[in-house]
Amino acid sequence: MKITVPELALVVLIGPSGAGKSTFAQKHFKSTEVLSSDVCRGLVSDDQNNQAATNDAFEVLHFIAAKRLAAGKLTVIDATNVQPEARKPLVALARQYHCLPVAIVFDLPENICHERNKTRPDRHFGPHVIRQQAQQMRRSIRGLAREGFRHIFTLSSLDEVEGVSIERQPLWNNRRGEHGPFDIIGDIHGCRAELETLLARLGYDASTHQHPDGRKVIFLGDLVDRGPDIPGVLRIVMPMVEAGSALCVPGNHEMKLLRKLRGKNVQITHGLAESLAQLEREPPEFVNAVTDFMDDLVSHYVLDDGKLVVAHAGMKESMQGRGSGKVRDFALYGETTGETDEFGLPVRYNWAAEYRGRAMVVYGHTPVPEPEWLNGTLNIDTGCVFGGRLTALRYPEKELVSVPAERIWSQPAKPFLDQSAQASAMTAQQDDDEVLDLDDVLGKRIVTTRLHHTITVREENATTALEVMSRFAANPKWLIYLPPTMSPTDTAPDGDLLEHPAQAFAYYRQQGIPKVICEEKHMGSRAVIIVCRDASVARTRFGIVENEDGIIYTRTGRRFFDDDALEKALLARIRRAADQAGLWDELATDWMCLDCELMPWSAKAQELLKTQYAAVGAASRAALGEAVSALERALARGADVGSLLKHTQDRAQLAERYTEAYRRYCWSVTSLDDLRVAPFHLLASEGKIHIDQSNLWHMETLSKLSAGGDPLLMATAYRLVDVTDSASEAEGVCWWEELTARGGEGMVVKPLEFVSRGRRGIAQPAVKCRGAEYLRIIYGMEYTLAENLERLRSRGLSVKRSLALREFALGIEGLERFVRKEPLRRVHECVFAVLALESEPVDPRL
Amino acid sequence: MLLTITSTMASAPDLGYLLHKNPLHAQVFNLGFGKAHVFYPVVEPERCTAALLIEIDPIGLVRGRQGPPGEGRTLEQYVNDRPYVGSSFLSVALADVFGTALAGRSKERPELAAQEIPLEARLSVLPCRGGEAFLRRLFEPLGYAVMAERHALDEQNPDWGASRYFTVTLTGSKRLGDLLTHLYVLVPVLDDDKHYWVGDDEVEKLVRHGEGWLATHPERELIARRYLKQQRSLARQALEQIMAEEQPAADEVQADHAQEEAEIETRISLNEQRIGTVIAALKQSGAKRVLDLGCGEGQLLRALLKEKLFDEIVGVDVSHRALEISRDRLRLEQMSEKQQERIKLFQSSLVYRDKRLAGYDAAAVIEVIEHLEPSRLAAFERSIFEFACPGTVIVTTPNAEYNVKFENLPAGRFRHQDHRFEWSRAEFEAWAKGIAARFRYNVRFVAVGQEDAVLGSPTQMAVFAR
Repeated sequence: MKITVPELALVVLIGPSGAGKSTFAQKHFKSTEVLSSDVCRGLVSDDQNNQAATNDAFEVLHFIAAKRLAAGKLTVIDATNVQPEARKPLVALARQYHCLPVAIVFDLPENICHERNKTRPDRHFGPHVIRQQAQQMRRSIRGLAREGFRHIFTLSSLDEVEGVSIERQPLWNNRRGEHGPFDIIGDIHGCRAELETLLARLGYDASTHQHPDGRKVIFLGDLVDRGPDIPGVLRIVMPMVEAGSALCVPGNHEMKLLRKLRGKNVQITHGLAESLAQLEREPPEFVNAVTDFMDDLVSHYVLDDGKLVVAHAGMKESMQGRGSGKVRDFALYGETTGETDEFGLPVRYNWAAEYRGRAMVVYGHTPVPEPEWLNGTLNIDTGCVFGGRLTALRYPEKELVSVPAERIWSQPAKPFLDQSAQASAMTAQQDDDEVLDLDDVLGKRIVTTRLHHTITVREENATTALEVMSRFAANPKWLIYLPPTMSPTDTAPDGDLLEHPAQAFAYYRQQGIPKVICEEKHMGSRAVIIVCRDASVARTRFGIVENEDGIIYTRTGRRFFDDDALEKALLARIRRAADQAGLWDELATDWMCLDCELMPWSAKAQELLKTQYAAVGAASRAALGEAVSALERALARGADVGSLLKHTQDRAQLAERYTEAYRRYCWSVTSLDDLRVAPFHLLASEGKIHIDQSNLWHMETLSKLSAGGDPLLMATAYRLVDVTDSASEAEGVCWWEELTARGGEGMVVKPLEFVSRGRRGIAQPAVKCRGAEYLRIIYGMEYTLAENLERLRSRGLSVKRSLALREFALGIEGLERFVRKEPLRRVHECVFAVLALESEPVDPRL
Repeated sequence: MLLTITSTMASAPDLGYLLHKNPLHAQVFNLGFGKAHVFYPVVEPERCTAALLIEIDPIGLVRGRQGPPGEGRTLEQYVNDRPYVGSSFLSVALADVFGTALAGRSKERPELAAQEIPLEARLSVLPCRGGEAFLRRLFEPLGYAVMAERHALDEQNPDWGASRYFTVTLTGSKRLGDLLTHLYVLVPVLDDDKHYWVGDDEVEKLVRHGEGWLATHPERELIARRYLKQQRSLARQALEQIMAEEQPAADEVQADHAQEEAEIETRISLNEQRIGTVIAALKQSGAKRVLDLGCGEGQLLRALLKEKLFDEIVGVDVSHRALEISRDRLRLEQMSEKQQERIKLFQSSLVYRDKRLAGYDAAAVIEVIEHLEPSRLAAFERSIFEFACPGTVIVTTPNAEYNVKFENLPAGRFRHQDHRFEWSRAEFEAWAKGIAARFRYNVRFVAVGQEDAVLGSPTQMAVFAR
């Protein structure tokens, strides 16, 4: 006997103890697919036959079954299931998860069960138990269909049980194997002429309706009603579906027409009259063919490995690829809130706003003036029959093709070309993006990145990031990127330095990367600058409705300047430099995102400088000065303090050098002209993220900004070094020595390519090599004393480096998602994750 | 750090007997955190100066840190003033190096130890939280003449102003043991940043060293509070680490300023009146299940718990630290299960949509909106009025017009440093009416606190109802 079960089903085995259900399940299903009540009894009570644990055991069983069905996994229930009340919760579970309940009944002679149980030492119950179970089963199996089982199979003999083979059948909606390309066409409503024009525009042959490239049309339903030539539309669609050059899902109008054609009593409203009148003129064979065609339509399709879902009114994630009355209803009508609006139409529940699924969902049903992406969903019903357009989405190209209606064929109940809606400043996605959902950021998060696999964010770090993001950050619509942390070079093994370029060069050499670029490291504060050509770009591309034309923010997403006018003026200067350099045209963009250092350090870190760096300098110089003079007096009167004096004088000297070190990075800012901006990455512009360009390209392109002569914009000095050539390396070292001798912070060494693969995954995108004097403000003024330096050499870089890579990958991922115009939550997820990782404990001196 | 003690008594070098340190030899003592050197810069019959030079190992300071796990990850511990200033390290060194003298004993000159002698103590660098005035309030009541020279933060950047460091000279006729004891207790109090974990034994130490003088000291309460200072929480550490460059000790600033705001508003106990008015409005609305959005440290929650009318009370705040404090103050852990069922606290953010906040009868948003960036108000409005959508929403915020009535609030300043804006009545009412129209609420306005005929009430309140 062949038993056919849907690939996603809840299979309920029914039969008394000893009927052979477990053996059967073992033979035909994966062990993880089978949930046994006996095993659950064991799980909760250590005894598989403990009847007292039955309630708890079934709670566990139902819980696991629910999880499996939610995940779309076939599940087999191995329990006696002989009473209707035992089966009822199982049928309810199957309904809840929109899959089909299947019953397999073991109606075997009682003595077989009894004999089997006798051979099993753990089953002590007498024949009366089996008898009772068998009676209960037989009394109720006739009602199985009424209970809700869609497939019922009864096995009445051992031979039959032995002879069973199980076949799993894909659901009708499962077309994962079809990869397109597709042309998905919205609601037609009898607009034959427009359909013909559109098909021609899409490249389909006018007579065969075949596409030379083998493309396939997907019709989203509502072919019928309202319009002028409903039979004409069906004469195009039906043969295409028949020939396999099109798929079609049903719309609510087909369903109503079908009921009418089958003689059901339905209201002749919403354009049904046109269908009936036009079909009346057709031969009955045609009407029959139409009836059969409509009857065969499958509610929705899951296509292209689950990447595309099509349905007339949309499909939420939990229902995709499933079959139930509710799924069908959703596909046909969407979800409504139960209220009606001022036109008497049902208020639709905006399922797309909450959509988080991986699959793109293309649908129609509700006419919209303009198709707008929202969380990966798109409604392409542009109301052709109401005088709008007939629209197709080309998949996977994501291009929209539409033809205008030849005239208004039908008056809508509600004006769908609503003037006020069209005037909205933001797209549907931008409007939805205005409020991000806490569920998308809080708790333990796993973010998938293209560069570095998946990255985990711990819950407590997300907690900290939420506070920073909520209290201090700028509008998340601006925050498309947060810069990663950067690791220093490996520690110099000896000598009087902690960091030296030799280790940086060696690192890249060992990674198999021959060419590096050394860039001067500016000592200021990190700033991300987004500059738009004007405020209208900020509005259309970023969804910023305030009159802003860019932003400057810190590495934690906070506005760099409290003074809006200063920010605006600075952005204007950068914009002018970009105008002069012709960068807008060169990059074919009207916005760009720059990674910069903004100086002086004291501009942003004034408080830190005062409360910490200057304070320590003041305290140490005063304290050591007093100590030196006390020691000098003691020495003068002959006390044995000579070496202590020398030591203290040395320390006093270090205090002076420390003070000089931080002072270099401070100057007072009274106007914009006192600031310096040094951009070093041109991260992204419209349609592009520039990580495929080398770091040299970034330097050269950005130097055009300062070439205009605005002193505000600083070019960054750089040198190329071949780390396989010792002469080239020596030049690099020499350059670093010059930089640091002049009081510079040091340099950043990067692989020439922006993203470089090393021996194990991507290499550090940059390592910093800081000067000896600069490090005084990091490691403390006395770090160069021999006894201190030796101890400081043992520093672990692995955590910092791992963090740097993860944050780099997240930063790039966020930008890529933004450039691909994904919903803000997807961009924000990355930005939020960088901020969260920044609260990981790591040595802050690195 | 250098401490010198000078005596001008007759046969001044007897100071060496009192300190149990021979003026002829320089000596070194190993301390856990570094070394202490004792030497005498001046040894003359009428004047003798002993010097205690403490060298703290800056690397050891970081590596061998004591205290609760997780303590200290910010950069400040690596570049810090500890090696150079008077602090609790000095107290530890005093007890170690001059222990006998500190106890007021002397083997060789017991009568001199019990005698008041002319003494001068000079501390090379002493951090004074509270400034010179506080320094004087600490030492002058004990009979010292105080000379204090304040150091600039950076003489090349004069606009940065003065540091909190002073070179301090204390002069007086004192028993040496008393002088050392006063330094032992009061130096860490001035510094207000103990280097070790403050446990129970510190209470005992304070009682012992304060015997005979602390009980009558006019600043005894502040001395005790600072001496027994509690350590920072882990949550704050994490926040500080993130914000290091931009917002040193964000919470600390918050707390200080919350106090400041409280002080500014104190005369009219505005907070009490505000809570009372909110409770009244909530009761009037008939709400059973209420949200306190931005509950802070839980003042309103405590008041809500006392009202039997409310079946379910939910407090949320974006600050994890505030929730911790709230939990402590409400004694949530100690509540019976029945009581615990009534109240829930969790972290949320008002600028994100939070499904957990949907479906409540009422929400109180008390003194919260002014802490939001104006650009984030749009998100706040939608997350509360569109998505959480409680039947009643009560919003309070300062009335900026009233600020001129606060004598200690400089003109143009906000009541709290973290406020991003403060609205006039017209501004607030325009905002609230806009919201009511957009989200289909009715709104009415209630004055909170003593109303001024011209300026209105100190706090303004809007009650939105669907």
